[in-house]
Amino acid sequence: MLTIRRVEEAAAKAYAQGKIGGFLHLGIGQEGVCVGAIASLRPTDYVVGTYREHGHYIAKGGSPKGCLAELYGKATGTSKGMGGSMHLFDAKNRMLGGYGIVGGHVPLAAGVAFQSKYRGDDDVTLCFFGDGSVPQGAFHEGISLAGLWKLPIVFICENNQYSMGTPLYRTLAVPDVTERAAGYAVARDRFDGDDVLRVKERIGEAVARARKDKTPTLVEVITYRFRGHSMSDPGNYRTKDEIEEWKKRDALPAARERLLKDFAVKEDEIVSLEASIKAEVQEAVRFAEQSPDADPEAAWNMVYADPNTDPRKM
Amino acid sequence: MARLSYREALNQAMCEEMERDDSIFLMGEEVGHYQGAYKVSQGMLQKFGEKRVIDTPIAECGFVGVGIGAAMTGLRPIIELMTWNFSLVAIDQIVNNAAKIRLMSGGQFKMPVVFRGPGGAAGQLGAQHSQALEYMYANVPGLKVVMPSTPADAKGLLKMAIRDDDPVIFIEGERLYGVQGEVPDGDVVVPLGKADVKREGTDCTIVSWSKMLTVALEAAEVLAKENISVEVVDPRTIKPLDGETIYQSVRKTNRCVVVEEGHGFSNVGAEIVARVQRNCFDDLDAPIERVHRMEIPMPYAANLEAMITPDVPRIIAAVKRVMYLPESKPESKPQSKVE
Amino acid sequence: MASIITMPKLSPTMEEGVLAKWTKKEGDKIQPGDVIAEVETDKANMEFPLEDEGVLLKLLVKEGDTVKLGDPVAVLGEAGEDLADVMKEVGQKGAQPQKKTDEPAAPPVAATVRAETGDREQGDTKAPDPTRAAAKSVPVAKPAPASKQAAARPALSVVQAEPANGNGHGRVLASPFARKLALEKGVDLKRLSGSGPHGRIIKRDIDEAAAHGEAAPSSLAYVPSREDQLVPASQMRKTIARRLIEAKREIPHIYLTADATVDRLVEMREQLNDSGTGTEGAVKVSINDLVIKALAMALARMPDANVSWTAEGILRHGGVHIGMAVSLPDNGLITPVVRDADVKSIGALARETRSLAERARAKKLKPEEYSGGSATVSNLGMFGVREFVAIINPPESVILAVGTTEKRPIVVTRDGHDVLEVARRMTLTLSCDHRVVDGVLGAKLLGEVVKLLEKPMGMLL
Repeated sequence: MLTIRRVEEAAAKAYAQGKIGGFLHLGIGQEGVCVGAIASLRPTDYVVGTYREHGHYIAKGGSPKGCLAELYGKATGTSKGMGGSMHLFDAKNRMLGGYGIVGGHVPLAAGVAFQSKYRGDDDVTLCFFGDGSVPQGAFHEGISLAGLWKLPIVFICENNQYSMGTPLYRTLAVPDVTERAAGYAVARDRFDGDDVLRVKERIGEAVARARKDKTPTLVEVITYRFRGHSMSDPGNYRTKDEIEEWKKRDALPAARERLLKDFAVKEDEIVSLEASIKAEVQEAVRFAEQSPDADPEAAWNMVYADPNTDPRKM
Repeated sequence: MARLSYREALNQAMCEEMERDDSIFLMGEEVGHYQGAYKVSQGMLQKFGEKRVIDTPIAECGFVGVGIGAAMTGLRPIIELMTWNFSLVAIDQIVNNAAKIRLMSGGQFKMPVVFRGPGGAAGQLGAQHSQALEYMYANVPGLKVVMPSTPADAKGLLKMAIRDDDPVIFIEGERLYGVQGEVPDGDVVVPLGKADVKREGTDCTIVSWSKMLTVALEAAEVLAKENISVEVVDPRTIKPLDGETIYQSVRKTNRCVVVEEGHGFSNVGAEIVARVQRNCFDDLDAPIERVHRMEIPMPYAANLEAMITPDVPRIIAAVKRVMYLPESKPESKPQSKVE
Repeated sequence: MASIITMPKLSPTMEEGVLAKWTKKEGDKIQPGDVIAEVETDKANMEFPLEDEGVLLKLLVKEGDTVKLGDPVAVLGEAGEDLADVMKEVGQKGAQPQKKTDEPAAPPVAATVRAETGDREQGDTKAPDPTRAAAKSVPVAKPAPASKQAAARPALSVVQAEPANGNGHGRVLASPFARKLALEKGVDLKRLSGSGPHGRIIKRDIDEAAAHGEAAPSSLAYVPSREDQLVPASQMRKTIARRLIEAKREIPHIYLTADATVDRLVEMREQLNDSGTGTEGAVKVSINDLVIKALAMALARMPDANVSWTAEGILRHGGVHIGMAVSLPDNGLITPVVRDADVKSIGALARETRSLAERARAKKLKPEEYSGGSATVSNLGMFGVREFVAIINPPESVILAVGTTEKRPIVVTRDGHDVLEVARRMTLTLSCDHRVVDGVLGAKLLGEVVKLLEKPMGMLL
């Protein structure tokens, strides 16, 4: 969680310096959800994320270097500079990307789960999305097919309570997202995301259900992003008080407290871990800055897999 | 060699490929128990079972997305769209996901999926069920667009499309399903991106594909009686387009007419015209002509459908224009003058 | 080690921002995520958070300053740190906040346009000289910095390489393939007429020509392409164009031509010029000066022709002011005016025309010196032009086009017999605005001019 936060802080800084372009959607404040959920997986399980997926990529085994170099648009990025912040892919860790069309990735994630079932593998797919995806048609079609075909998938709504700048009560008539599950014969669960261990446990139950019974689950985790929707969002639709109130429920310091209190980890061990994370992220920034730019030649080769199809000749 | 219908040729292609490779499955509306809305998948459920011939609810966006997710994780789905008109509710999946995941991931994933189904007008189906949408998909980098016009091409091209590691938009001619033709036996494939000269000639080149190709061949037959020798080139694959075969023909005939079923604006024909003028500029004896659907959404009435759809007289008139010949008889459809 | 905090990119399109407000002050401790300022971007008012920790040691810009992206705004470090090195670096980065200093001068184009519109507004009533706007606009455009002008109007700052497409005039129309085939078969396209649309030469025509032995390889000299060039029109040229179109379109011109025998005029001019030779301040009198004088006197005698058509009515001019068309070296044209030419002595008139012409070419005329004429003389005689018709210079109602003076045979009656004689003759064409000067009036005016030129002593009175 701390690595993710430090990486995103470094990203924000690099964006402010103009070293990162385009959109940058930070998940600062939401780290507990992706970290807890992905901690319940096996390495061969799949993750499909949204455009706010830096945390998911790192939690699924991706490196700060791969993330930051991608954000810098460098050839060493996890998507070789072709994807950017919204499209972090990591095939070897089965991180199947971040997607920029809200809700558009939900049917795709169902397809990944379909594939596991088709082959008789017992891998599970986690599909993350925000509360903003819920009114989208693709969300319903994806869940509907998963329920119909009993696919090994867990749909995780990271409910940060705002579709960009519009609060949930103005986007959903039924605010409890998981009530949709009933219509699709999908199991449901709903809880707060301020405790990473709670997230791991409860998602773990859904993952087990998917793996064993091939039953999909729709999970809603209540969380909050401390920053705007993207770097160009001043966040004027939320009050300072509201943000401060939620910062008190930040899963990151809470986890630190738990480590000290419940897991007998010593303060100096944590301090040393924090220092090493800081150093790792600093190193990743250096790596990103010094890496070569994205390769134009490579771009031509990534349009089609077929080596005989050259887009230059099209 | 066997005489097969276009529909049977497609069926054969799928069956042969599915027998060869377990990772291939067929998914779509009515493909299984109903035996296919157009009977293309007739008998396949019995042959391959429910695991590999999968009926879906009417949820194109959903099952097209499922095909994409399955393809990027190693399966080779054939996703049948009952007609390409319905792909418009799934176009986000095709354009934003299937076409782009390979690049967005820095080349980490392949997308071996075929989206197939019928396109074009098919007899008074009205505005929403008569579209020719190849131009939309051909504009998207990452997609391939294939449009067979004969049973032999249908089989050979579909086999190659299934084996291709990239997403293929496979548009069948709704009015071609019953067309009979000689089809080579066994595993004979037609490479993607290779045009075919369907009729040789010396005076004018017609470029056309899918159902319109058959209309162009009829026009060529009529013109032959007037001693006008037309060469008819079928690109077969819209993207990647085999320009060279077209250019060779135009360099021989010095005249070119492009015939397509869709509307004119921004369509594939416009692309072909642009390429021919660039590559054959010094070989052109006349401005290139286009024959295409008129700029009206397809009306229901039979006379209106016939009016706006390219036909033999309009093609003949266009050929005569590029040959600077007077029109031999008054055209049956004065409306075609709008081109 | 202290570090320099720079203006962050707070929106995808931001290039600079106004530091609206500091929310932290020097000496404040900063945690990652702390907002140190509010910045007004091109999109919105944004918070400016820091992702580092430390103490805000120095604020480098004031509230309200505009700062370019990446320029220093503050220094962050540890309490009590020596800032000498960092401040040196700040100095090198150099970027001082920019005050909002707008463009010092409006672009030249705008100024020119203003000058033009000014004239146009009064065009109907007050009757400006057509060249006035042009002459005014040129000096306005000149002093503008070249770079600014180029930036504002790139299309006009260079001669464009693209050839303007031909108008089909004199061009051979042939299909690309016909051209290629003609080259191969040695057929001269210029000798063919095409059977295609608009006479386009097509394959068939080449084949037929070749079959009939039209091949003429030697004649097939391909002329290297001499491309047309599009060059920008000066403001003066544009004004001339506009005013002449208006004049030709709105004024119903009639043209009256007469010859004058000018032997006496030439003689008188020689005498005048001889008499002044060696005298200080003497000026050579030109034929044109004498024509100006003649026209002025004719108009003074015929005040019905010394008028202008206006929307309110017919304006009778109080004095007789004669314009003279002067061509300028850079393809311009201006018409300085000799005021009260009817009453000035020929010597004074000659001195004035000389001075006006010189200053016109030097572009030193004052506006009142090229406006307010009531008629114009345009003389192309020095170029050997025998006769021509001129376009009236609105709001004037007549213009006199003067041809060359040459010896011509004329028929005169001597002792009841018609005989041929040689005389110096000059052809004059008077263009009249038919709205105010009818044919008869124009003919009388022209006749008066001819009379004065033929019996020039009258002009000395």
